[in-house]
Amino acid sequence: MKAIVQIRSLLYKDFLLETRQQHTLYGILLYIASTIFVIYLTLPEPDAETWNTLFWVMQLFICINAVAKSFLQEAKGRMLYYYSLTSPSNFILAKLVYNFILMLVMSAVTLLFYSLFMGNPSTAVWQFAGIGLLGSVGLGLTFTMLAAIASKAMQQASLMAILGFPLIIPQLLLLIRLSKTAFAEVFKAGAPTQLVLLLIGLDILIILLAVILYPFLWKD
Amino acid sequence: MRLSWWKWIAMILVGYAVIGGLLLPVPELTQLGETIRNLYYHVCMWFSMMILYTLSIIHSIKYLNNANVLHDNKAKSYAGIGTFMGILGYATGAIWASFTWADPNNPAFASFGSIMREPKLIGAAIALLIYGAYFILRNSILDEDQRARVSAVYNIFAYAMLFPSIWIIPRLLPSLHPGQEGNPALNFNDIDSRMRMIFYPAVIGWTLLGVWIGQLNIRLNIINEKKGQYEK
Repeated sequence: MKAIVQIRSLLYKDFLLETRQQHTLYGILLYIASTIFVIYLTLPEPDAETWNTLFWVMQLFICINAVAKSFLQEAKGRMLYYYSLTSPSNFILAKLVYNFILMLVMSAVTLLFYSLFMGNPSTAVWQFAGIGLLGSVGLGLTFTMLAAIASKAMQQASLMAILGFPLIIPQLLLLIRLSKTAFAEVFKAGAPTQLVLLLIGLDILIILLAVILYPFLWKD
Repeated sequence: MRLSWWKWIAMILVGYAVIGGLLLPVPELTQLGETIRNLYYHVCMWFSMMILYTLSIIHSIKYLNNANVLHDNKAKSYAGIGTFMGILGYATGAIWASFTWADPNNPAFASFGSIMREPKLIGAAIALLIYGAYFILRNSILDEDQRARVSAVYNIFAYAMLFPSIWIIPRLLPSLHPGQEGNPALNFNDIDSRMRMIFYPAVIGWTLLGVWIGQLNIRLNIINEKKGQYEK
């Protein structure tokens, strides 16, 4: 019970910071908008496969930029203050939930603008949106843990990409494969459900690992 | 010079794998020819890479348990030797692929793109990239305790994510690589009994050799640390 209250207040603090320091939030939104605009101008009429791949690669980079700041913005002094208030597992859980919500919003915005500029070749739009949300949440969770690791080192932002790319490849391949269901590709019966369950399983694995491992990163 | 028993075994088995591997009879398959002998070297490199990475993560877990610097030293050394074995695995694989997969009308450089898309190669590339990142992470942290702790956390996290990927990727992509349904050369049905006589000892031999090199590296690190202390 106490844990839930603590996680809720940590979440509240993150949202409050987001609304107060608006430059970060608008920064990401602008990043999304300009990325899509660049793609729009450089690639006039992509076929469905290119559209799909570009969407996921874009999602990956947006995720790195959106999630990176969740640990980078925490100054050393403020971390000291958290030590005295809460436990590491509550802290990382709050960060995971926060990035979960942040990535849900960001991927919805991305999908909206991307479909607006580039059209939406998928035959099952809502299905694709669902896969998009599921996928971006998974990316968000993975990179939360990597941001926590990278925040302890120098050159944090570029390090995060180096640490994360090899780990994210299987998830990305799974997502690109799965999202082909929304392009009228025929699958074996039950295969899409299996892929979805696999992705959810991976997400659970990441959350468990984060809760187990973060206490070791916590103290300086 | 006194060597422990397992070092003698390593020497004997590696010697056996090299001499026996090149001289003893092998099945005659038209598409492979004598390149089939590469099984004793190529597959063994991957086995010993995975075993060394597993040793590395075991020492990372031990380090998080008791914060003994020796375990960090071991985790680092085994990861380094594992990466070395992985690179050798790629080198032996490239030789093999140039005889079996590469299009003879096409130069090797042009076939690289299509060969690299193999699930097994991707899995191996992911493993090598992860440990490359591991070493960069280590070098970008100055404080020794923190470096050991953070890199141990990354080692465990990455290793835990590596296994799903090795399991998932082959099921998503088509493959030419032998042993699509699991571990090549471990299955009793797809390896000739004459080759098994050399293959299994060779795996043990190369792995022991890797551990040996790793131990020398660990000792060298300990000596360097002590030297550093005196010089201060």
